[in-house]
Amino acid sequence: MARIVVDPVTRIEGHLRIEAQVEGGTISDAWSSGTMFRGIELILRGRDPREAWIWAQRICGVCTMVHALASVNAVEDALGIEIPDNARLVRNIIAATQTIQDHVIHFYHLHALDWVDIVSALKADPAKTAQLAQSISDWPISSEKYFKGVQDRVSALVASKQLSLFGAGYWGHPAYRLPPEANLMAVAHYLEALQFQKEFIRIHAVLGGKNPHLQTFLVGGMATAMDPNEPGATINPERMDFLVQVAKSAIGFVNQVYIPDVLAVAGFYPEWFKLGAGVGNYMCYGGYPQGSIKDPADFFLPRGIILDRDLSKVHPVDPANVTEYVARSWYEYSGGDQVAKHPYAGETNPKYSGPKPPYEFLDVNEKYSWLKAPRYQDQVMEVGPLARLLVAYASGQPEVKALVDATLGKLKAPPAALFSTLGRVAARALETQLLASRLVGWIEQLGDNLASGNVRIHNGEKWNPNSWPKTAQGFGFFEAPRGSLGHWVEIEDQAIKNYQAVVPSTWNAGPRDARGQRGPYESALLKTPIAEPDRPLELLRTIHSFDPCLACAVHVVDARGHVLARAEA
Amino acid sequence: MHSPRTSLTAALKSRGVSRREFVQFCSSMVATLALPPRYLGAVVKALTQASRPVLVWLEFQDCAGNTESMLRSSNPPVAEFVLDLLSWEYHETLMAGAGKQAEDALERVVREHAGEYIAVVEGAIPTADGGVYCTIGGKAALDIAKHVCSKAAANIAVGACAWDGGLVRSSPNPTGALGLHEAVPGLKNLINLGGCPHNPANTAAVLVHYLTFHDLPALDEYNRPLFAYGDIIHDQCERRAHYDAGRFVEEWGDEGHRKGYCLYKMGCKGPEATYNCPTVRWNDGTSWPVKAGHGCIACASHRFWDTKSPFYKRLPSVPGFGVDVTADEIGWVATAAVGAAMVAQVAGNMVRDKLRPKKTAEGTKEPPESRGA
Repeated sequence: MARIVVDPVTRIEGHLRIEAQVEGGTISDAWSSGTMFRGIELILRGRDPREAWIWAQRICGVCTMVHALASVNAVEDALGIEIPDNARLVRNIIAATQTIQDHVIHFYHLHALDWVDIVSALKADPAKTAQLAQSISDWPISSEKYFKGVQDRVSALVASKQLSLFGAGYWGHPAYRLPPEANLMAVAHYLEALQFQKEFIRIHAVLGGKNPHLQTFLVGGMATAMDPNEPGATINPERMDFLVQVAKSAIGFVNQVYIPDVLAVAGFYPEWFKLGAGVGNYMCYGGYPQGSIKDPADFFLPRGIILDRDLSKVHPVDPANVTEYVARSWYEYSGGDQVAKHPYAGETNPKYSGPKPPYEFLDVNEKYSWLKAPRYQDQVMEVGPLARLLVAYASGQPEVKALVDATLGKLKAPPAALFSTLGRVAARALETQLLASRLVGWIEQLGDNLASGNVRIHNGEKWNPNSWPKTAQGFGFFEAPRGSLGHWVEIEDQAIKNYQAVVPSTWNAGPRDARGQRGPYESALLKTPIAEPDRPLELLRTIHSFDPCLACAVHVVDARGHVLARAEA
Repeated sequence: MHSPRTSLTAALKSRGVSRREFVQFCSSMVATLALPPRYLGAVVKALTQASRPVLVWLEFQDCAGNTESMLRSSNPPVAEFVLDLLSWEYHETLMAGAGKQAEDALERVVREHAGEYIAVVEGAIPTADGGVYCTIGGKAALDIAKHVCSKAAANIAVGACAWDGGLVRSSPNPTGALGLHEAVPGLKNLINLGGCPHNPANTAAVLVHYLTFHDLPALDEYNRPLFAYGDIIHDQCERRAHYDAGRFVEEWGDEGHRKGYCLYKMGCKGPEATYNCPTVRWNDGTSWPVKAGHGCIACASHRFWDTKSPFYKRLPSVPGFGVDVTADEIGWVATAAVGAAMVAQVAGNMVRDKLRPKKTAEGTKEPPESRGA
């Protein structure tokens, strides 16, 4: 029996530590710990709710903009503001762009190296690589010469003995199974995706001024003024053309590179469609309103819960049932750590009780993480692209159903294969495909409104704080790339009284709760084979399949206005 | 670090890069840095050393927004930095290795390249309570920063958090967060690239400058490069003519907003902020916040979260200017704007001109033409 520690878990956002027990070559237990804490929500107290989004957006710079959107949703809910249709479209365009770009970066730059052995690419025959690439996609640049060029670049890197970012990888690990040609193809596309992500994200630059950390959200709409005849307007006919062109380029890259690559890689690792499922409960708040945000039944991706892998029934989501535990987290609750608290009633008093750094192991029998443990009616929920896809599939969303069935057909796999590590990878890719095609539609809708002279982009009725009630509270839901995100805000005397975010990676990466139930990462790692305990590649595969984002996951709330207590370390 | 150089062609060939492309890239870097063309040879030589300089990128209390911003680098693209120009040996968000292997990689750099490597720092450093608010590999962020940065040849703090503690440090600063220069005082060759996030165009220029001259460009009193932080946003703003003519956005989405009028009345902090945001722009020069329709939040200014918020409150007064200006004053303002444009043109000289005394552009009360002269 051996205890393995992976800290830092790299190729994620933020600071995550995994400790795992290995018995007889498989993981018998695991603990997930967030090791960084900032306290952003506390910093928000007393500030102007109209600018909360600017602050909250800095919770994360990878899934930038998601907290901005959840924040304006929450304040608009509190103040009863309906946004114009153009603002809804711009937000959908920005959100879909974020998710597409984020998913591409995740697959190629954060996850691929768990499946792809870069050093093995040196042994590839560029001609055969070109044949392989051409057999799975008509992407036009897949020539022998192209792959030879990429291979030369990798050879030079290896020959220089300075492997840069690739220096400390688990190359040659027995769990790598791609042939050299597939490895070379993937390395080439790693580099291409680097180029793609920065070109594609120019949609955010046009509509947000910059990426990361866009700057055009407003409570009540967007700051992206529209006018069909004014070159000084953010949204004008020339820029609409640019947006359509960039969005269409994404369809090409996603359908001709990303999707074929995922299917090709998955084909070499069929057992990973059986490993890594974890809890088997999946939750989605619903994403991309097609009309009012008050009408989740009409969202592009529907709201719902799947329990215990049963796709025959979709359960409703009631925001009142969301709670958080701190029984195993470095906080304390007044009234005891054994009870869970709803976000409106929540509190956070950090109380570090872990080992004094530097340390070798956490005491996992006590508190062991800066993440809280969110639960829905006391049940553990996995959130993210797989949850969204499963809820949509089980709800009978026609586009999702057709795409998932066709993909499962290609893979000759039953729907149950989706409850797995590779199920998450596949769901993320399919969602990217769905959103890429939908994105063009939303941009064209916006263009139609512009052409018809509908240029309303902001509802200013409640912009003046003197128009607000003395107190108000509201919540904003949003499906971020990594899953269901909720912000809760309480406003008093024109200022933020309390602010709380319950974030996707907190759902997924959180620790045990008062009842000892493992979080989704911890459950998903059980029974994972570990060939070499000092190089736990297989552990990374399952953790990375969730696309962890730890900066998002750790936050502090003090709903009762307590002064934050310093930990006694 | 500076081992004997091979011939340019051989060096490029070994990296699978064509000579033509590479020289083109070097030319554009020389232009970005506003260096005289005679420096082209120096840049080319520096960037084709047989052994590439080592870089480590440390992340502490961060959101990875500066990492993401670096990924958006266009000139050069990030792949060239990572594969061709530098050996990027530690960067949690991007590196292949994890856990012990990652920590060993960092330790090996500190051991084998002490005094030679570049350390980039992203995120604030918590100093309260023995460092429990950020640990990596079981070690406190502050201890890692002291260990790694004190042995670096140069330290680059990217983003507001690494510079001055940023949002993490804003009131009430729950974790005792500080920027690098305060958490680890006395570091040599420290450069601060504020902004939320940093603009990768500036960071790329600083890296290329350092690789070429083994020295940092001219800095201001905050250790920020003058070429990027020396000019007031308001003076470089494309909406400036509207300000001078008294044309303002009064409500979001109104006629003035649609016509691209000045955002001053909507809370824009451009008159108090310095940065080259309006000229360099973001994401391959595509746009910047004011162009996109929202006011500047002065994200490259010192402690901006506390000092420049609330962000929708109109600045009480702009030094030397007013919203309700007279015709005479408008004439003076227009003259000043021309002066500012000329300043921007010669700003490139600041890059190499280390003899210039350090100046503070931020919050200056001086008219623009007297700065940087």
